[in-house]
Amino acid sequence: MRRAAFGVTGTDVDRVGQDVEKWVDDALGAGPDPGVDGTPPPTFPSLPALAANPSLADIQARNKALNDQGNQLISWWLTRMVDAQRPVRERLTFAWHNHWATSMSKVRQPALMLRQNQLLRSQGFGSFTSLSEQMMADPALLIWLDAEKNTKAAPNENLARELMELFTLGVGGGYTEDDVKQAARALTGWRVAPDGTVTNDPKRTDPGPETVLGVTDRFTPTTLVATILSQPAHPRYLATRWWHQLASDDTIPDDALTRVVAAYGPGRDLTALVKAVLVDPEFAAAAGSIVASPVEWVVASMRTLRIPSTAANIAQCLGVLQRLGQVPFLPPNVSGWPSGASWSSTAAAATRAAAASKMASLADLTEVSNASAATRNDAVAHLLALDHFAPRTVTALALAKGNPTQLVATALISPDYLVV
Amino acid sequence: MRVPYNPRLPLDGLTRRGFLQASGVVGATALLAGVAGCSWQDVQKAASQNPLPAGTPVLVLVTMYGGNDWLNTVIPVNDPAYHDARPGMSYTPGEVLALDKVSGLNPGLKNMASLWSGQKLAIMRGVGYPNPDRSHFRSMDIWQTGSPSTPLTTGWLGRWLDQSKDPEALLGLNIGPVLPVLAVGAKRTFAALSVKEPAAEPLGPVMSALSTPDTSDTEAQRMVASSYAAVGRVRDDVVTHMSSVSLPDQIVDDGSLKSQLLTVAACIRLGAPTRCYTVSMGGFDTHAGEKATQQELLTSFDTAITEFRKAMDGTPRASDVVLVAYSEFGRRVKANASEGTDHGTAGDVLVVSDRVKAGFHGDQPSLTDLDQGDLKASQDFSSLYAELLTSVLGADPTPVVGSGITASQVLV
Repeated sequence: MRRAAFGVTGTDVDRVGQDVEKWVDDALGAGPDPGVDGTPPPTFPSLPALAANPSLADIQARNKALNDQGNQLISWWLTRMVDAQRPVRERLTFAWHNHWATSMSKVRQPALMLRQNQLLRSQGFGSFTSLSEQMMADPALLIWLDAEKNTKAAPNENLARELMELFTLGVGGGYTEDDVKQAARALTGWRVAPDGTVTNDPKRTDPGPETVLGVTDRFTPTTLVATILSQPAHPRYLATRWWHQLASDDTIPDDALTRVVAAYGPGRDLTALVKAVLVDPEFAAAAGSIVASPVEWVVASMRTLRIPSTAANIAQCLGVLQRLGQVPFLPPNVSGWPSGASWSSTAAAATRAAAASKMASLADLTEVSNASAATRNDAVAHLLALDHFAPRTVTALALAKGNPTQLVATALISPDYLVV
Repeated sequence: MRVPYNPRLPLDGLTRRGFLQASGVVGATALLAGVAGCSWQDVQKAASQNPLPAGTPVLVLVTMYGGNDWLNTVIPVNDPAYHDARPGMSYTPGEVLALDKVSGLNPGLKNMASLWSGQKLAIMRGVGYPNPDRSHFRSMDIWQTGSPSTPLTTGWLGRWLDQSKDPEALLGLNIGPVLPVLAVGAKRTFAALSVKEPAAEPLGPVMSALSTPDTSDTEAQRMVASSYAAVGRVRDDVVTHMSSVSLPDQIVDDGSLKSQLLTVAACIRLGAPTRCYTVSMGGFDTHAGEKATQQELLTSFDTAITEFRKAMDGTPRASDVVLVAYSEFGRRVKANASEGTDHGTAGDVLVVSDRVKAGFHGDQPSLTDLDQGDLKASQDFSSLYAELLTSVLGADPTPVVGSGITASQVLV
C-alpha cells in the first residue's frame, strides 16, 4: 500500500486487513472523492498573441504570465496529490506522466500541460491503444518531441524514435533504424495552433506508403500505433516498465511477467495491468527495494502526517522538491525521472533532513505524544505504517529523547521509511 | 525505470543513473551502493596525506551528452557536399576559424582555435565503433562501457580502477554526486565529489546513527544508510583535521562545465592523489534550430576550457594534464526540416594538452559515401582508450579494452 498510494497510516492498513485485492479494486475504481472535488484544476486564460515585432517589455510580461501559470499548475497538482482521498489515481497519473515524460520547460504552455495531465488521468486506466492514439494527437507531446517540425521534405525522427524506444517497445524491442525513419514519415504534417488545436497539413504530409515493422501501408497515427502495439515486445515492455514504476528496481521475475502480460491481454487493459502488478505475490516479495522518489516522499509524508495543504505549506513542498530535483511537469528528459540510487545522494540527505524537521513540526502528533515513553517508537512506526524499526534506526530515535517532533523527523529520513 | 535522453535538456546530472539501467545492468543499485560520496574536505585531506607527485600524468575526460554535431564543430567548410546537405544551417568560409584548406572550427571555439595554432590541440576525425547505434542511451553506453557488441555492467574507467594496484580512494574522481557508468567498475567505483554540500544540520548526529548498516537491510536500505555515512564523515573531518583551503570563489557549483573544470583545477593544484577526473556537459541534442543553440553550447564549452587552462597556467602540473572531449555520436549529415539534425554516427574527439601531437589524426569520413545517410567511422574509440590507459594512466590496456588493439598516437 505504501508503494502504491502516496502514503498511508497504520490505521489505513489496519482497516484493509488482508483483503488487498478489494482495496486495489476500490482504489482504482471511480468512486466519489471530496478531496478531488475540492481541488478543481486551474483555468488558464489564453494570453494575447504577441505583436509581430514585440518589445522586450511585452516579451517579459508574457514570460512572467506563463511562469505564474506554470507555478499555479504545479502547486495545484501537489495540492491534489495531498488532498485526494483516493490517492492511487493521482499516484498512477504521476507514473503516466513519468512514462510519457513531457516537460513544460520546452512546451512553455501550462494550459497544454494541464490538458495532457487530464488526458493521462482520464485515459490512464482504460486501454493503452486508446491512450497511445490520443497521445499521438496531444499538443504538448507533439511540441515536446518536435513533431510539428516533422515534414515530408525533411522528417524529424524525434517522436517516432521515442514512441518505439520509450513509450511502447523499448530498446531491443524488435524495431530497426529503418523502422524509425519510416515511422517518422508516417507521422509527418501535424501542426499545433497557438490554442493547442492539432491539425494536419496535407502539404507537409508524406503520402506514403511506408513500411514499418514489416507492414506496408499509407499509415495514419492510429494505424501506426496499431502496428507497433501488435509487436510481441510491446506487452512485455509495458509490463516491465510498470513493474519498475510500482514494484521494484530489480528485474521483474519471469512468472510475474507472464501473469502481468496475461492480465494486460489483447484488450491492452491498463487497470488490469496495474492491478496484476499490485496483487502479484512477487510484488509483496519485492518490498523494500525502491527508494521513494522526492515527490512520493514529500506527498506521502504530508498525507500521513495530515499536514494541511495550505498555499504556504505547498510552496514549501515545492521548494524542497526543487532542491531534491523532482518537480512535476518538469521531468529532466523524455525518459522521465531517474529512480532509486539517484535519490539517495549525500547532497540530498541534508535537504531531506531539513524538510523532515519542518514537516514534523507542522504535524499533529497527538498519537505519538499520547503514547507512553516505552511505546513511543511503536506509535511512530504505526503512524507511518511501518512494522517496526531496524536496530540502527532505534539507536537514532533514542537521540530524540522522546521528543515527538524529533522522533518523527528522524523516522521520516530513516532507511525504513524512505525505502518502500 | 530506464532513463535515457532528452530532446533539449542536458543528459546529465541525475539522469546518468539511467545509463546504468539502460545498459540492462541487473542490480545497478548494488553497484551504486558502494559509491563514495566525498567533499572538498576529503580532497584536501587526501592531498595532504598522499599528494600526487608533480610530473604524474592526469586525465580529464569531458562527456558531451546529447550527440554533438561534429560536422558543425570541426566544419568541412570548403567541401561543397557540406553546404548541399545543410541548407539554412551551414557555416560559410568567412564565418569559421580556419584550420586548414578544407576545415574550420565553429566560431564559438575561439580558444580552441588558438590552442590549435599553439600546437596544443589534436582532433581525431571520424571516431566511432562497428554497427553504430543511434539511440542516445545505447550509444553512450557503448562509448562508456567501451564495449560495442556485448552490453557490460562496467565502464572502461571503472575497469581501469578495478585492475589498479593503487588503493587510493580518490584515484578516480567524478565531479558531481551521480556517477556515469563510465566510472563504475566491478570492484571499485570513482568517488563522487559534491563541492557544496548543504550543512548537515539540524539532524547531523541522527544521520550518523542512521548510517550504520543493519543486517536486515535490503540493498535499497543499505544505499540510503550509506548516503548518510558521507555526511557524518565530512563533519568529523572538518572539525578535527583541517586547516581549510577554501575553494576559489568562481566555483558556484551550478553544474556548469566551467564550474566542474575549475573544481578539477583546484583539486590538481592542491595535489589531490587523483589520476583521472570525469566531468560532463549536456544539451547537445539539437534536433531543431541547431545553429544558434549549438554555437552557444560550444562557446560555453570553449570558455570552460579556457578558464581551466588559465587556472592551471604557471603551475608545475599544468603540463601533466590531458583533456579529452567526446560525445555519444555525431549527427546526420543532412539537415532535417527544423534546421536541426537527427542522430548520426561517427564524430570527432578533441584532445587538449601540452604533450599532444597537434593537428588532425585520422581521415574525415566522406560526406557523400554514406551508410544510410550517416558517416562511416574511420577509426575506433578503443584505440584512443588504449593510448590513454598506457600513456596517461600508466596501465595495461588489455584487461580494460581487450587484446589486439593498436593504440592511437595522439600524445607525445
